[in-house]
Amino acid sequence: MRGLHVKTLALLLVVVGISICWFKVTRLGLPLVPTEKADVWTVEARIEFKARHDAAVKARFAIPRLPPGYTVVDESFVSGDYGLTTEDDGANRAVEWAIRQVNGYQVLYYRIRLARDPSNQPIQAPVTLIPEVRSPHFPEALESAAKGLMGEALKKSADAKTFVRELLVRLNSHTVDPNVMLLRQGIGDEEEWVQFVSDLLASGGFISRPAHLLVLRDGINHGALKPWLQVFDGHQWVWIDPHTGELGLPEGAVPWHVGADPVLAVSGGKNIKVEFSVSQREQDRTLVAEQRARQMGSRLMEYSLFSLPVSVQNVYRVLLMVPVGAFLIVILRNVVGIKTFGTFMPILISLAFRETELVWGMILFSLLIFLGLLIRFYLEYLKLLMVPRLAAVLIIVIILMAFVSVFSHKLGFDRGLSVALFPMVILAMTIERMSLVWEELGPTEALVQGFGSLAVAALGYLCMSSRYLEHLIFVFPELLLVVLAMTLLLGRYTGYRLTELWRFRSALRL
Amino acid sequence: MAIPLGVEALKVDGKPAWLPWRRLRQLGVMGLNERNADFILPYNPRKNYPLVDNKLLTKELAIQAGIPVPPLYGVIEIVHQIEDLSDLVSPYEDFVVKPAQGAGGEGILVLTGRQGDRYRKSDGELTTEEDLGHHISNILGGMYSLAGRPDQAVLEYRVKFDPIFEHISYQGVPDIRILVFRGIPVLAMIRLPTRGSSGKANLHQGAIGVGIDLASGRTFSGVWHERPIEEHPDTGGQLSGRIIPYWDEILAMTARCHDFAGLGFIGVDIVLDETQGPMMLEVNARPGLSIQLANRLGLLPRLRHVEALKSIPTEISERVQTAKTLARYTA
Repeated sequence: MRGLHVKTLALLLVVVGISICWFKVTRLGLPLVPTEKADVWTVEARIEFKARHDAAVKARFAIPRLPPGYTVVDESFVSGDYGLTTEDDGANRAVEWAIRQVNGYQVLYYRIRLARDPSNQPIQAPVTLIPEVRSPHFPEALESAAKGLMGEALKKSADAKTFVRELLVRLNSHTVDPNVMLLRQGIGDEEEWVQFVSDLLASGGFISRPAHLLVLRDGINHGALKPWLQVFDGHQWVWIDPHTGELGLPEGAVPWHVGADPVLAVSGGKNIKVEFSVSQREQDRTLVAEQRARQMGSRLMEYSLFSLPVSVQNVYRVLLMVPVGAFLIVILRNVVGIKTFGTFMPILISLAFRETELVWGMILFSLLIFLGLLIRFYLEYLKLLMVPRLAAVLIIVIILMAFVSVFSHKLGFDRGLSVALFPMVILAMTIERMSLVWEELGPTEALVQGFGSLAVAALGYLCMSSRYLEHLIFVFPELLLVVLAMTLLLGRYTGYRLTELWRFRSALRL
Repeated sequence: MAIPLGVEALKVDGKPAWLPWRRLRQLGVMGLNERNADFILPYNPRKNYPLVDNKLLTKELAIQAGIPVPPLYGVIEIVHQIEDLSDLVSPYEDFVVKPAQGAGGEGILVLTGRQGDRYRKSDGELTTEEDLGHHISNILGGMYSLAGRPDQAVLEYRVKFDPIFEHISYQGVPDIRILVFRGIPVLAMIRLPTRGSSGKANLHQGAIGVGIDLASGRTFSGVWHERPIEEHPDTGGQLSGRIIPYWDEILAMTARCHDFAGLGFIGVDIVLDETQGPMMLEVNARPGLSIQLANRLGLLPRLRHVEALKSIPTEISERVQTAKTLARYTA
């Protein structure tokens, strides 16, 4: 009955732990291994204008909204004294800086960090409101030319997508079509070209809108957005290359803004300029995923260990490994049957090994215990009361630690300095218990237990210093529930210990 | 006394398993984990531990229950009382000093006589009153008690062991350990000190464990350092075939210990005094498992059998009978 209870509880803990972990891996994209790196793009938009001294300044700047194929790691605005608001209308996001009175040249920054994540394809909300065809505004003279061109393209196409392609083939063709020649006249930059194609589509009864992309390439410094085109195919908006008519977004492009509104509008300013810079950097995936999850507003991450200050995080990186060490002790003592001084003393020693490193840690530990034992045997001769004797051992341990540090420093072994990281009370108790065992059960037993403790501490260190385990436990602390479950199960383990097979070996020979 | 379950079913059947742990299971050998999880935790209520962990309390309860124990000479509770030690022990030629809450037989000092103002220890060496005082202050400081709690030092009658053990014991006092489960003795052994165990009757420290047939009180051969042994290594005495005197009385005493301690799974230590007969020394709530090696017999068949009994007879003699029947069937 009790066994069933423990098993059910353990199963529950495992299920809860594994499912939270699974959620974090699949939904939040937290990596299971610490080595994974992700490309992180830092995009900075620099907005510059000269403020007019007689008017309030208001700058409205379009910013990316859920770029497909990327996740937003973080976003920041550098705006000085400006009031700052952001808004999201479902198609675009925009930031608005406002200030009542300002003089001279103004520079505002918008910075966004994006991580490539092909799995992140936000589901487009179905377009419920069918956009209206806006009336094109061609000059009289061009209207007939446009009509002529469209007529041909219409005949050879089935829907908006194929129509646009047909149209663009004609517009781009090198054969001299008088209509095309006429239409192309006076088109200066890309911006106007997209507007022109959009107008042409409108006059054919197709719905389209201009858009702007940012092409991510490392090292762009004074870049600009690339005008692009979106066509409504009756159900949703489709990206189309305004030059070739190809569908989709170009490689490495992030949609910045869609619609006819300008990307940047400044009222109360002149000489308006916006420049983009792009740089690429590799970053730990964990950090990326964690920041991203927080952007997504996941409650899980809001209350994760990542929300703590970094210094506290580092403490927990170590602390969360203690359960792993404790579990190791459970296995070594109840399944293997190794004898140690004190139940969890070896774990504290292995925590100290983290700082001193294994070999040095073991040398220093053995040295301190050895010296401590010598002095402890001398104290035994003095016949002191127990608590003063313990205190004396503690004081001597600390003096020894100081000596070891100073001597090793003089000799040029800086590793010896880390001896100060050993938990001295634990050392004192170990010395005391070892000397007791020495007297009561003999030196063999004392050495067996001493080496047992050292071996367990070394194993504990190897376990607890594993980068993979540390990463797993820190990023997925819910896995501790699994450790707890296994500990509970071992709490009902009634099988033999490995050392008992040796102890009862004579029974085996019967 | 009928055995309600088919004892035959408890015996090892089929061919011996090849894997060591399977083989041990077949033999019914109990491991520490199983002892703790299946017997100590369910049958020994925590609140009754102090009754047996504190030897003064045990002594008191045993006297009330009519179980003979070594007479108490005195108790030292504070360091200051050590000054009056010589007055306290002056009426006695020999005595034993032990911690009231000691574990594993540690901290016990046996003083066999005096020489001037010195005391002779069981190993023949002399010790001064100052050394003795230091030992007592260590006891008071909690050096031998569980978790280092402050303790009391108990001064009591020194057991002069029965001459029957003369040829199979080297110094120290041999004691009889009997495992009692639900008030029924299930397994017994006698622990004989050797030169290596420096007079201590603890198998870990090199004492010899010799199994005893519960039904007859006759000794089997022994184990020493976990190896079978026929003769005492120091005295050369034959270990097997000796009949323990007062055997039924001893079994009855151990069965009574269960009643006053309120613990289901205990090890009771008995010593045989040459004049006063069997005396109960202490009750252990976490009895060791070497007794299986000494008897070359796994504990589990008997334990499981007693566990399956619906009710345990209240009459002590009936319990002793049950124990003997059980032993006959599962030898």
